[in-house]
Amino acid sequence: MAEKQKLIEIKNLKQYFNVGNGQVIKAVDGVTFDIYKGETLGLVGESGCGKSTTGRTIIGLYQATAGEVLFNGVSVHAKKSAKELKELKRKMQMIFQDPYASLNPRMTVADIIAEGIDIHGLAKTKEERMKRVYELLETVGLNREHANRYPHEFSGGQRQRIGIARALAVEPEFVIADEPISALDVSIQAQVVNLMKRLQREKGLTYLFIAHDLSMVKYISDRIGVMYFGKMVELAEAEELYRNPIHPYTKSLLSAIPHPDPEIERTRRRTIYDPSQHNYKEGEQLEFREVALGHFVLCSEEEYKKYKAMYS
Amino acid sequence: MEKLLEVKNLEVSFQTYGGEVQAVRGVSFHVNKGETLAIVGESGSGKSVTSQTIMRLIPTPPGKIKNGQIIFDGEDLVKKTDKEMEQIRGKDIGMIFQDPMTSLNPTMKVGKQIMEVLTKHQKMDKSAAKERAIELLRLVGIPMPEKRVNQYPHEFSGGMRQRAMIAVALASNPKLLIADEPTTALDVTIQAQILELMKDLQKKMGTSIIFITHDLGVVANMADRVAVMYAGKIVEMGTVDEIFYDPRHPYTWGLLASMPSLDSDDKKELAAIPGSPPDLTNPPKGDAFAPRNPYAMKIDFELEPPMFKISDTHYAATWLLHPDAPKVEPPEAVKKRLRKLSSNYPQPIIVKESE
Repeated sequence: MAEKQKLIEIKNLKQYFNVGNGQVIKAVDGVTFDIYKGETLGLVGESGCGKSTTGRTIIGLYQATAGEVLFNGVSVHAKKSAKELKELKRKMQMIFQDPYASLNPRMTVADIIAEGIDIHGLAKTKEERMKRVYELLETVGLNREHANRYPHEFSGGQRQRIGIARALAVEPEFVIADEPISALDVSIQAQVVNLMKRLQREKGLTYLFIAHDLSMVKYISDRIGVMYFGKMVELAEAEELYRNPIHPYTKSLLSAIPHPDPEIERTRRRTIYDPSQHNYKEGEQLEFREVALGHFVLCSEEEYKKYKAMYS
Repeated sequence: MEKLLEVKNLEVSFQTYGGEVQAVRGVSFHVNKGETLAIVGESGSGKSVTSQTIMRLIPTPPGKIKNGQIIFDGEDLVKKTDKEMEQIRGKDIGMIFQDPMTSLNPTMKVGKQIMEVLTKHQKMDKSAAKERAIELLRLVGIPMPEKRVNQYPHEFSGGMRQRAMIAVALASNPKLLIADEPTTALDVTIQAQILELMKDLQKKMGTSIIFITHDLGVVANMADRVAVMYAGKIVEMGTVDEIFYDPRHPYTWGLLASMPSLDSDDKKELAAIPGSPPDLTNPPKGDAFAPRNPYAMKIDFELEPPMFKISDTHYAATWLLHPDAPKVEPPEAVKKRLRKLSSNYPQPIIVKESE
């Protein structure tokens, strides 16, 4: 793994929200991980675990409470000139969950897709602009006749394709996909996932894929991070995580997935996670430790020894 | 086995500005006492309209039951007046909806919403109803029910609200429970709890369940039998083993193949079903799935396939089962599932319309 180039480095990122009455919600509470160039990192967890907030903070939609996000070695949240900021935003794009809410209903598809092209001045003439739009539409499996239509004329899957075309318009290096297929039908989900994988191959994109559908995440991701209450509890290569989950929360999460196979379902036993089962002593330091090569678990020193022994 | 519900040749349409949408186009199935029937299909396949028609919840107009019978406990629900339906709804048939936030009344305490069912249908007095409401909340696994009974829906989390919905639906011990995507909005761990709860309650009370979902994992977990719907019709129906281990309809193949498997590390391209479902204002001639079907033959575009019977319990509507049809290989992902089922007939039999 060492020879892989880090595209994004996230260091002890914290995102707190002040909800009034002196209460603070620690949506993301100190997560550290890297995303390598060209890979897909899946981020899973239950609603409210901070996976979407992590994505939004990485791209700079929120100003981080603490910690750092480095994109190609440059801090996303540090002060920089308007020009630098614009360039950074071009390189990072986002695909949203709700294909109905994330497209402006009063803009034509051409204008939606070309908005980024206009802002960043990527097309010199009108013809060039439209040519780009047509190309993008074809890349995502729509056709050029769609350019002058409005979002309401499209189905959910088609809208998600428009969202992808919009993200690709500015030729990003890194795309955050926040539950991009959750709102789609099963038969359409596979279409969009195949499209995303093809684009990754062709354009060398790096993805952060946030989702709660664990089987789809396993399919698309190279590595997967599991979040629980604002913390990342486990991070490993996709197959490794499913084969050898270590953290008890990961185990409970995996055991809760229903398999599309009646025989497995008749015998599947669910394990239930209880945070108190760790029996941490007071003042015990929880750290994100590497139990096996590339397999990280949030654990105490004592657990670390135990996991390590279990592993070898 | 005793049939609790029998739907015969149901047709439901909606009048819209764009014309008549034929949402359900001749659906027939039955539900036995104490069993779970899963209805699978994508949005627009008519699965929700079918269930809402059983409850007579579709607004008329624009909706209209054009044809068919819904025999529930020996009586035809299609012929019932609204007043008579009020007696059945919530009492004999309970319903759980997908979105618990919009289906509970936000201005009413949760306990009150459960008690309403009890005082109305079971003629309980208030204090007895309250006690039963607390009991029901405990039954569905809500901690501190004495306190929770006096809270409003917004004070509940998503999973808790869904449990409260189940408590409302179960309050009158319905014979049939219709669950329309009850866990789609929930996290997997909460989903697992809700599914276990429903199975548990079914065992205790002998309720029949119609479970509508598009998640085949949930189907494998919950269902005794499965009906696959496409474009307002049932294209395949059978026991859960028949659907998962011996599927016959290309659409069922498509659904099964388009899901990544958790057990394999296969990174090959998913077998997506190309295109999108047809517009039901103008249903296509022949088999509605034909334009998206890689196995489609000429006849699929001309003539609608009849139902073929593969075993006593297994039906599929595809020309591929006809003796003259060429033998085709299902997609790779489906082939891995196939098993020889001993209950199959030597040859699929065409079912006559009257059956």
